Amino acid sequence: MTVYLLRRLFQSLLVLVAMSIIVFVGVYAVGDPVEILISPDADQAERARAIVALGLDKPLWQQYLVFVQNALRGDLGRSFVYNEPALQLILQKMPATMELAFGATIFAILIGLPLGLYAGLHPDSPGAKAIMAGSILGFSLPTFWVGLMLIMVFAVQLGWLPSTGRGDTLWGWSFLTANGISHLILPSINLALFKISLVIRLTRSGVRETMLMDYVKFARAKGLSPARVTYVHVFKNILIPVVTVVGLELGSTIAFSVVTESVFAWPGMGKLIIDSINVLDRPVIVAYLMIIVLMFIVINLVVDIMYSVLDPRVRLEGQG
Amino acid sequence: MSSTTATPAPAAKEETPFRRFVSEFAASRIALGGFVVFAIIVVLAVFAPWIAPQNPYDLGTIDIMDGRLEPGAVGGSGMTHWLGTDDQGRDMLSGILYGLRISLTVGAGSALIAGIVGASLGMLAAYAGGRTDSVIMRVVDLQLSFPTILAALMILAFLGKGIVNVVIALVIVEWAYYARTVRGSALVERRREYIEAAQCLALPTRRILFRHLLPNCLPPLIVVGTIQVARAIALEATLSFLGLGVPITEPSLGLLIANGYEYMLSGKYWISFYPGVALLITIVSINLMGDHLRDVLNPRLKK
Amino acid sequence: MTTPTLEVRDLRTHFFTRAGVVKAVDGVSFTVGRGKVLGLVGESGSGKSVTGFSIIGLVDAPGRVVGGQILFQGQDLAKLDEEAMRRLRGNRIAMIFQDPMMTLNPVLRVDTQMIETVLAHEQVDRETARQRARDALGLVGIPSPDERLKSYPHQFSGGMRQRVAIAIALLHRPELIVADEPTTALDVTIQGQILAEVQKLAATTGTSLIWITHDLSVVAGLADDIAVMYAGRIVEDGPVGQVLDAPLHPYTVGLIGSVPSRNRRGEPLRQIPGMTPSLLKLPAGCAFRTRCERADEACLAEPDLFPLREGQRARCFHPHLEEARA
Repeated sequence: MTVYLLRRLFQSLLVLVAMSIIVFVGVYAVGDPVEILISPDADQAERARAIVALGLDKPLWQQYLVFVQNALRGDLGRSFVYNEPALQLILQKMPATMELAFGATIFAILIGLPLGLYAGLHPDSPGAKAIMAGSILGFSLPTFWVGLMLIMVFAVQLGWLPSTGRGDTLWGWSFLTANGISHLILPSINLALFKISLVIRLTRSGVRETMLMDYVKFARAKGLSPARVTYVHVFKNILIPVVTVVGLELGSTIAFSVVTESVFAWPGMGKLIIDSINVLDRPVIVAYLMIIVLMFIVINLVVDIMYSVLDPRVRLEGQG
Repeated sequence: MSSTTATPAPAAKEETPFRRFVSEFAASRIALGGFVVFAIIVVLAVFAPWIAPQNPYDLGTIDIMDGRLEPGAVGGSGMTHWLGTDDQGRDMLSGILYGLRISLTVGAGSALIAGIVGASLGMLAAYAGGRTDSVIMRVVDLQLSFPTILAALMILAFLGKGIVNVVIALVIVEWAYYARTVRGSALVERRREYIEAAQCLALPTRRILFRHLLPNCLPPLIVVGTIQVARAIALEATLSFLGLGVPITEPSLGLLIANGYEYMLSGKYWISFYPGVALLITIVSINLMGDHLRDVLNPRLKK
Repeated sequence: MTTPTLEVRDLRTHFFTRAGVVKAVDGVSFTVGRGKVLGLVGESGSGKSVTGFSIIGLVDAPGRVVGGQILFQGQDLAKLDEEAMRRLRGNRIAMIFQDPMMTLNPVLRVDTQMIETVLAHEQVDRETARQRARDALGLVGIPSPDERLKSYPHQFSGGMRQRVAIAIALLHRPELIVADEPTTALDVTIQGQILAEVQKLAATTGTSLIWITHDLSVVAGLADDIAVMYAGRIVEDGPVGQVLDAPLHPYTVGLIGSVPSRNRRGEPLRQIPGMTPSLLKLPAGCAFRTRCERADEACLAEPDLFPLREGQRARCFHPHLEEARA
């Protein structure tokens, strides 16, 4: 098991390095590096000084090493706009995005799993067909449009929930306040829509496949109650792929929050990156990308570990 | 005890694979409906300049005094704006028709280019095997594990805005799906005898790849392609909505929606709503087709 | 005369597929007495497994039992509702499946899967249930049962897994066990061991056994009676010694003749020519007609199961009455 972990860690490191090179090349080599890193308002003399100060007169590989060195120290550049370390900016906004991502994940599981289970157990019922049709809608509809519709219906027309922004926070987390939760609901559902469809379809196909397995038939042959057959035998088997996908999707969800945050004016990392792109605040863009990559790697690793915990076949590979 | 004389079953009607495909596809009314709707949309988009009551980008025909009119209202020039007007006084219906053109062109165009690139690389990987295969697939894996929206944002951040850049970004983001799908089926087909036969005849590699291998890898490619068009359209709309997509002079549906965003909260929903509906119908109809295509073309479901 | 444990009368199970109606079981009748073993023999597609599933009520859609009676201790199972059937399954009627790899749920521990069977039919506490599981494992000859209980199925060998499945079947001392090719997936030595165990158990507990298989040699040593199935029907039945020594139906003759040990070295292996017909396109009259060397125009009519000798019946107009092997 440890060998496996070490190997995964090593692979992850490789990916991290590869990504850093791509990002570095993207920022420093494509386009004019001077323009990218130095505020466009600077005059000639300032530019010349900045070029030397930032080491832009050195060869590319040396610049890359400096980049890595700085990165390891936690310095990923300073934002042009806010004149703060980029890393700090992003970390400040991270809790908001994480709230959204976790809210979406919770909704996806709470709504997707039961619906998918039903659709799998009663595949020919009108309810199941409606659920499947709904799931197609779920991943067809562009997230931003659904967000707009949600705002239009629930905030503007019905006035049940606030339309934009984040609610009151307690210790930096808005889900700890009632007002915060009310602000959290619409954006979370919006972000969750794609995942809900995914979970429904995955659960349904998992259930249908599992129901055909011999061990389900054998469980029935033993005279077990239908409830036990479904919720213990079938369920535990489909849980594994579903959890894996949901976990892997977490990274994607965090990435997709970019859209939702824009629609709902949610002050998270995603909104930050969009604004930064629009004003060409490249240090922030670089920092954001590196952090996202790091998160992806960590999430993948955690999901792998969880997979081995849930599936005894993988876990006990090394033992007799 | 009577004997049942079994008559031999009537000979099956002469069925070409294509005819069978058509009948299987048409078996699902939903998919058929999707196809019909999509065909209508394509026709509308192609003939937009002739159908649209107004050319919304001809500055001479719009009057800002007509701005933000409700659907069904009559404008200053006596024209009925069935879907209302936007803040500049442009007729929504016309805007949507023109927007459809852009959305479809960018979406389908990028999907096509990505398809060509991806399919070629996928086939190459499968056919060449060894190091080429490993290298190509590593890149594919890396590409696929990165969320599409982020990759597109990254690329646009470095390249800047504009229609061409959007297409480039979409192609870079999409090609990997095609590559992986085609490689999968090419790996299977590569072992088949007809490829061996072609190799024995010392046909040039390119000919083998494109005349022999590719046609047999088409079914999954078609399925992926269909779904990818929908995804490309949705992605372009999202990017345009975020302000990073097509320029204002050639607005796609996404940009139209973005324009109307600020008016939503004051109740002038139609500026965003109707382009959104058009986008929706387009994407959903394509997905319905693609979903059923997948079932029809799935070799594993053929008994 | 005591009620036989199981009496099947004219059982018909059909599958309603898009291509047509598949009469997987088409008028099958047999009786299994208390403590007796019936060998149900046939090639794949003969309907023997479906017969087994029909008895226990686990025929999957698009199939269902469309006619006949399944009298278990005099009670017609075909008329019972699902809940009543559930109470019988694993309790008074048990089933053992073919592939032990897939019959045990890979993500649940063995003790979980055994204890739940006990608890499904009896209100006892977990410790008692665990004790019963341990005893059952001992009964089928699994060493160190306590350790084994805590393991997962994939940690067992094929033969062990099948023993576990048999143990599970025995947990409630059923009156009838339906075993569907339980040793087919195992290698020959293990096969022999399991057969011996099962035979001993059946004898000591008085359990009736239906052993479904395509392997005649298995049946020879184990069964009291044998029924040979072809294309959904029984084509010959009778006491096992009689049928195997003096088979009546040409198909049975062919089956016995094709067993390798019966052939002499150097001679080509005898085979039954042709293939089992698709159940959607059965030949008119006798289903075996197209492969039979004795067929003539008379065979265009459907033969009944004629009682031809003491206790032995064959569904044929031209049975092998003359030959009696020494």
